[in-house]
Amino acid sequence: MTTKTHQTTPVLPIPAPAARAATAAGAALTLGSTFLAWTWTAKFPGDLTVTGYPGGLQVLTLVGAALTLLFTLSGYGIKGLRWLTPGGTNSPVRLAALGLLGTMGFTVGAISVELGGVVNLEPGAWIGLVGAIITVVASLGLPHDQDITDTATPSPLEKFLNSLRAPAPGRPKELPSWAEILIIVAAFGIGLFVVTYGIDTAYPELFVGYLIITGFAVTALFKAGLMARLSAITTKYRSIAVAAAFAAAAVFPFTQSTDQYTLIAVNILIFATVALGLNIVVGLAGLLDLGYVAFLGVGAYTAALVSGTSASAFGVQFPFWASVLLGAAVSLIFGVVIGAPTLRLRGDYLAIVTLGFGEIFRIAVGNLDGVSGPRVTNGPNGVPNIPDLNFFGYDFGESHTILGFELGAYANYYMLMLLAMILVVLVFSRAGSSRIGRAWVAIREDETAATAMGINGFRVKLIAFALGATLAGIAGTVQAHVQSTVVPEMYVFAGPVPPNSAFLLAAVILGGMGTISGPLIGAALLYMIPAKLQFLSDYQLLGFGLALILLMRFRPEGLIANRRAKLEYHETGQLDVPDETLAGTTSGTTKAGA
Amino acid sequence: MNTMTTTTPETATTVLDASGVTMRFGGLTAVRNVDLTVKAGEIVGLIGPNGAGKTTFFNCLTGLYVPTEGKVRYKGTVLPPKPHLVTQAGIARTFQNIRLFANMTVLENVLVGRHTRTKEGLWSALLRGPGFKKAEAASHERAMELLEFIGLQDKADHLARNLPYGDQRKLEIARALASDPGLLLLDEPTAGMNPQETRVTEELIFAIRDMGIAVLVIEHDMRFIFNLCDRVACLVQGEKLVEGSPGEVQADERVVAAYLGTPFEGDPGADEVAEVEAAEAHSTTRTEGETQ
Repeated sequence: MTTKTHQTTPVLPIPAPAARAATAAGAALTLGSTFLAWTWTAKFPGDLTVTGYPGGLQVLTLVGAALTLLFTLSGYGIKGLRWLTPGGTNSPVRLAALGLLGTMGFTVGAISVELGGVVNLEPGAWIGLVGAIITVVASLGLPHDQDITDTATPSPLEKFLNSLRAPAPGRPKELPSWAEILIIVAAFGIGLFVVTYGIDTAYPELFVGYLIITGFAVTALFKAGLMARLSAITTKYRSIAVAAAFAAAAVFPFTQSTDQYTLIAVNILIFATVALGLNIVVGLAGLLDLGYVAFLGVGAYTAALVSGTSASAFGVQFPFWASVLLGAAVSLIFGVVIGAPTLRLRGDYLAIVTLGFGEIFRIAVGNLDGVSGPRVTNGPNGVPNIPDLNFFGYDFGESHTILGFELGAYANYYMLMLLAMILVVLVFSRAGSSRIGRAWVAIREDETAATAMGINGFRVKLIAFALGATLAGIAGTVQAHVQSTVVPEMYVFAGPVPPNSAFLLAAVILGGMGTISGPLIGAALLYMIPAKLQFLSDYQLLGFGLALILLMRFRPEGLIANRRAKLEYHETGQLDVPDETLAGTTSGTTKAGA
Repeated sequence: MNTMTTTTPETATTVLDASGVTMRFGGLTAVRNVDLTVKAGEIVGLIGPNGAGKTTFFNCLTGLYVPTEGKVRYKGTVLPPKPHLVTQAGIARTFQNIRLFANMTVLENVLVGRHTRTKEGLWSALLRGPGFKKAEAASHERAMELLEFIGLQDKADHLARNLPYGDQRKLEIARALASDPGLLLLDEPTAGMNPQETRVTEELIFAIRDMGIAVLVIEHDMRFIFNLCDRVACLVQGEKLVEGSPGEVQADERVVAAYLGTPFEGDPGADEVAEVEAAEAHSTTRTEGETQ
């Protein structure tokens, strides 16, 4: 049987021109429907009752519809739009269409469930839903982007998954450098807008819709080859791209009118910074540290005790720079003291011992209350009333007006934490691509061979461990002032509030081990999902478990793959490589489909 | 080939001097009182049947094991019992089962081999001064030279795990050479290779010797060993049975015996054999009789 014909025929037998026309028409229909009323009452959040302009979830649907339409029109080869799809042409349409149907369907479902029945839907919602369904069905009639030669007759699910594959984009046309820099700036501007929108989502329905549409849209952009183009440009102008990224991050507080979401952003930054520090230990050196949050705690407690709070056992008040240095130093000492005996162990044993030390820290701090031990940390009550920072009269606890923008108190901490994160990013990238970074990776790959190459395994591992501890300690010193209270229960192995060891590890693995942007994105997602979807609190850990299993199954390298992991898990472009990932995927989906 | 091997000067300095090396694991003596010297510019072969203790002896030389008794000297100094210090001193090795850093690129593998010959620590990496950049550039240059030497310069950006088997073996040698060793220990460098690949490896090892690096090689391929080596030592059950020129070792009947076993001397079991044969003949005729 010539399987090629099987693979290249679309999932649904619709003639390609008709399919493309119907996709465009469906997307346009949904796009139009977002300007109509979707429900009769303003009881559903976001006010979807207005005819004339979209609101709330309608905006997200509008974005999905517009994206689908653009990709479809690019498929027609319309001049000026072809740059949208340098890689795959039809798979991004399918993905965008699925995202569109996802948001549309979710909105219709949420309205029906919350308001009690489908009668609450206005005709506009029905038009949108029908449009979205037409879009998806028609997009499945578009031909595949990539021929896949396989020996077996594919099941419908396999066929569907194959239809989402897309080739890598070819060589881009040379652009003038100002245009490329402009693209970088625009991309980070859009990125800032998307992230800000996510942090600012006011109600859970909107956040779910946001997750659905961004998830599909970003995948569609990847399949279209736009992300590959963008990353090619950012590697070309690396320093400009990094500067643009941090500039975009620094702009965030200026987009906020209240402190409510800035606090979330500060906590995301703390979480992300610590996750990035952990990534040195886990991602580069391959040391599975399950007690990493303890170092954050060491930094936070050190800063708290020298902050001048009345609850401190030491009546001293250090200036902030001194307490940062002290926090870093104390964490470093703890890192060395814990690392020196434990780093002689390998693999699982190290994980168990670090897990133990993490818990020992929490319990010890809980007992240094003057009853079961010397009075240092006030035991379970923690150290409250940590004063706000004050730099030369610039009080971090008050709002300031900068450039005509009113910035709340947390914006100060946001900027401070951003600096800490820049430091960690710098340390990670510089250490990672150097002699010591290579030694870490070599140790992770094969410790015996690495020592035979002259690497002092123990020393190099201890440096990674201590460096990770120090970076976490620095983040901890800022955290103490942001939270204004430190208690032992903030530094548990696993708990519902993000910076804990299990979540940190999850952020690193979810985002992508050994990368910089991976843990940042992982941390942002892992912080925002529980913060935004509080109704999920009971099922949160179940959800994470499921998400991690699915991720490990379909994208073992994490959301962001580093160059090595990409080659490791998806090695298709190279010589002498059996197409094992492909074979693995197809056999796996057969099982899933059966 | 033989014209190339006769370059060893008799007065060459001793690079490796292992004397009385004994390695015991509990009650098992894996290596017993082995002496071995390798002189500069020499290729020495180490042969012996499986389980003779060759790799254990290698591990004693490279610090992976600390010998229970005996001393290993490299250029006159006693080697420290730590693998990374041994590499630092100037002994590099490859492994019997390839141990590349599978998920690093070919170039990175060789760069890791440069570790002992560069000094840039964490601070230097973080501050990125001019010294750091110079050292990195020099390391890259040296690594690319080595890749050219083994003919893998075009695959520098490939992952090590994606290389074909023969190239992985070569890369392991390049990685070992990156530490600028005075002595290279090769543990079965041609295991699993076809005759052509073995020939190529042979040339490679001669080229390494011509770079002024002494080579000690474990191998089972006798043609390879006897072509290549200036001197061959045979280990049997942890003891050095014989050492000498390839011709001597090849002719030594103890070596043949160790590999193939000895014929019975004076037919000690002839009676038993006759008895068994008689019994077999008897049973055959009986079964034939029963079936008829």
